[in-house]
Amino acid sequence: MWLPRWPTDRLRRRQPIPSDWPLVAVAEFGGRALVTAADSLAAAGGVLPGASLADARALLPGLATLPADPAGDAAELARLADWCGRYSPLVALDGADGLWIDITGAAHLFGGEAALIADLRHRLAARGHDARAAIADTPGAAWAIARFADGPETILSSGRLAAALAELPVSALRLPPTMAAELERLGLRRIADLYPLPRASLARRFGLLPGERLDQALGRAEEPISPRLPAPAYVVRRVLAEPTLEADGIAAVLQRLLGRLCEELAEAGQGARRLDLHCYRVDGRVIRLSVGTSQPAREPRALARLFAERLDRIDPGFGIEAMALAAARVEAMSDLQLVLERGSGERGGGERGSKAGRAGDPLLASFVDRLGNRLGFSRIARAIPRESHLPERAVSRVALDVEAPPARWPDDPGPLRLFNRPEQVEADGDPPEAFLWRRRRHRILKAEGPARIAPEWWRGATGDVRDYWRLEDEEGRRFWLYGEAGGWYLHGLFA
Amino acid sequence: MPAEAAVIEALRGLIARSAPAATGPFCPLGLPALDAALGGGLPTGCLQEVIGLADGAAAGFAAFLLGRLAVHGCPSHPRPVLWGWLGEGDLHPPGLVAFGLDPARVILLSAASPADLLWAMEEGLREPGLAGVLAELDGSDLVAGRRLQLAAAAGGVTGFLLARGRRLSAGELAGRPSAAALRWRVDARPGGRWRVELLRRRGGSPGVWILERESETDRLLVAAALADGSPAPAAADPV
Repeated sequence: MWLPRWPTDRLRRRQPIPSDWPLVAVAEFGGRALVTAADSLAAAGGVLPGASLADARALLPGLATLPADPAGDAAELARLADWCGRYSPLVALDGADGLWIDITGAAHLFGGEAALIADLRHRLAARGHDARAAIADTPGAAWAIARFADGPETILSSGRLAAALAELPVSALRLPPTMAAELERLGLRRIADLYPLPRASLARRFGLLPGERLDQALGRAEEPISPRLPAPAYVVRRVLAEPTLEADGIAAVLQRLLGRLCEELAEAGQGARRLDLHCYRVDGRVIRLSVGTSQPAREPRALARLFAERLDRIDPGFGIEAMALAAARVEAMSDLQLVLERGSGERGGGERGSKAGRAGDPLLASFVDRLGNRLGFSRIARAIPRESHLPERAVSRVALDVEAPPARWPDDPGPLRLFNRPEQVEADGDPPEAFLWRRRRHRILKAEGPARIAPEWWRGATGDVRDYWRLEDEEGRRFWLYGEAGGWYLHGLFA
Repeated sequence: MPAEAAVIEALRGLIARSAPAATGPFCPLGLPALDAALGGGLPTGCLQEVIGLADGAAAGFAAFLLGRLAVHGCPSHPRPVLWGWLGEGDLHPPGLVAFGLDPARVILLSAASPADLLWAMEEGLREPGLAGVLAELDGSDLVAGRRLQLAAAAGGVTGFLLARGRRLSAGELAGRPSAAALRWRVDARPGGRWRVELLRRRGGSPGVWILERESETDRLLVAAALADGSPAPAAADPV
């Protein structure tokens, strides 16, 4: 696809300029103002990119000018490429004003190649962009036809490449302008003029490029496009007959997409770890929603629930017109996992010995994923023991899917409540006979201790030796206090 | 009279919905006096409140109940439980071991807001793979409580709201209306004992017990049943 007026189309969209005024984009080069892009009116008046602004004004006194914005043009083109993901995941940028879209196997979703190309141009026209598009067997031929064919929409049937390209100028082969001019000077104006030439003599004079481009255009040499975004291996898409504004409508489409995607995953023996949902809005914006799973999953209903929480956060604008669902990360997944995921009651401890200690039961994976996707995976954890005699270090919180080596909980596990920051209390006596904590005075009837805990010098820890006391007040409340450097600190509560 | 019949049917529906909160099968606690008073064990698949200001004691009692639920029906492979709180939290998971709850089987959740915590609790209550769900929250409003109670009944999972009395006094907490099927109040007593009071049991009778731990085995024992259905006589309370 070629957007011949991309920069000026963009400028017109941003600035209200009467549609009958010719418009050019202007930038300064070496102190001279030069036209970098001209719209169709300016071009019809003879103003071409590269002309000086003074010359252009002389030709067209009513010329509107705006500063060129090449960076903005490139960024917007990249966004357009993402939007074209509605047609295919394989979209590559082509220079400053073109895109390649690999629609292999995708056209039928849009009612055929002709319907696809018409749809694309129609949508771009609605946004103020003049696009020329061609469908061909090779990127090189599509490039040439889009720029040099008579009509703005051309579909080249298979096997007619050589004939279709024959009459086009050699510059249609994506050659540097100087090389194209040199070929033309030698009388090689049309691509057909190159067909009979011995490849060796062409190469002697012009290097390998013309022959290579010719082979690529004719499909004799492979030319892979480099998609802007890596194409996920598993992706399903659906174009909506009518744009939808309703969360229910989005959910219904998602349901179908999930069903299809999960079938594909099942056939491949894979499970998804991350799903990306792209919603293509009528106004050309793409809303992306990702969900993660803690274990590979391909149960449509469980996955739908992960999305369910967030579908209402999608702003449909004036409507969602297409959706694509991709498994952006997959992992091999056995059927056993699926059985467990479905919760068939298969819950023996034996065959999953290594996982028996995990709170993240496969049975619960979808539940944990729902929590994680809504609340954040960092907010859910499980505790595993850690070798340390400091109570606050004797436990670490890890993600639910982390496999931890088996370890024992300490024999003296400490209190049930442990404060992250010990609270300093006013205490009388050593050990305290009473202390004041949260505006309440606790009279101590029983004290056990002290248990001395030294800083772990091998960790480079600094600090004082702490003398811990278990204290019980007159009501039976049990506290864990320590004295350090003359102060008393409440560190935890026993049950 | 189809119209009248419909009205009667609707009224029946209303009555059914306002009837005592449904509870599932019993989970024996292994404390005969308590099990008998509860009618065979702890009712499952319902919402319960645990109120405690000494706090450590209430959390310990709740951990004990969760530990029993975790092994109920599957002693060799305890089912996981969800334990959630707001913000940073101060649960020290190793401390759960002493009350028969394996910390490795506890999903820890630190929620950012009460709404998140209640949402997670409701989700958990509908998750039959869980043995129980506990949220450290000073009560919930009636509507939220009803939602939780319905979720617990639907999923068969037992839920606990652990009120720590951060904002409300114990009296205020105990007097509040609630959709919970059971309401416990737990206080520490000297000598490492707990005073456990069943304040409310829909379709059952309240009671007060003193629990203590066997020194060698850490097993909980009912040291004394103070009363059944009547306020504890002051003399029997060893405070």
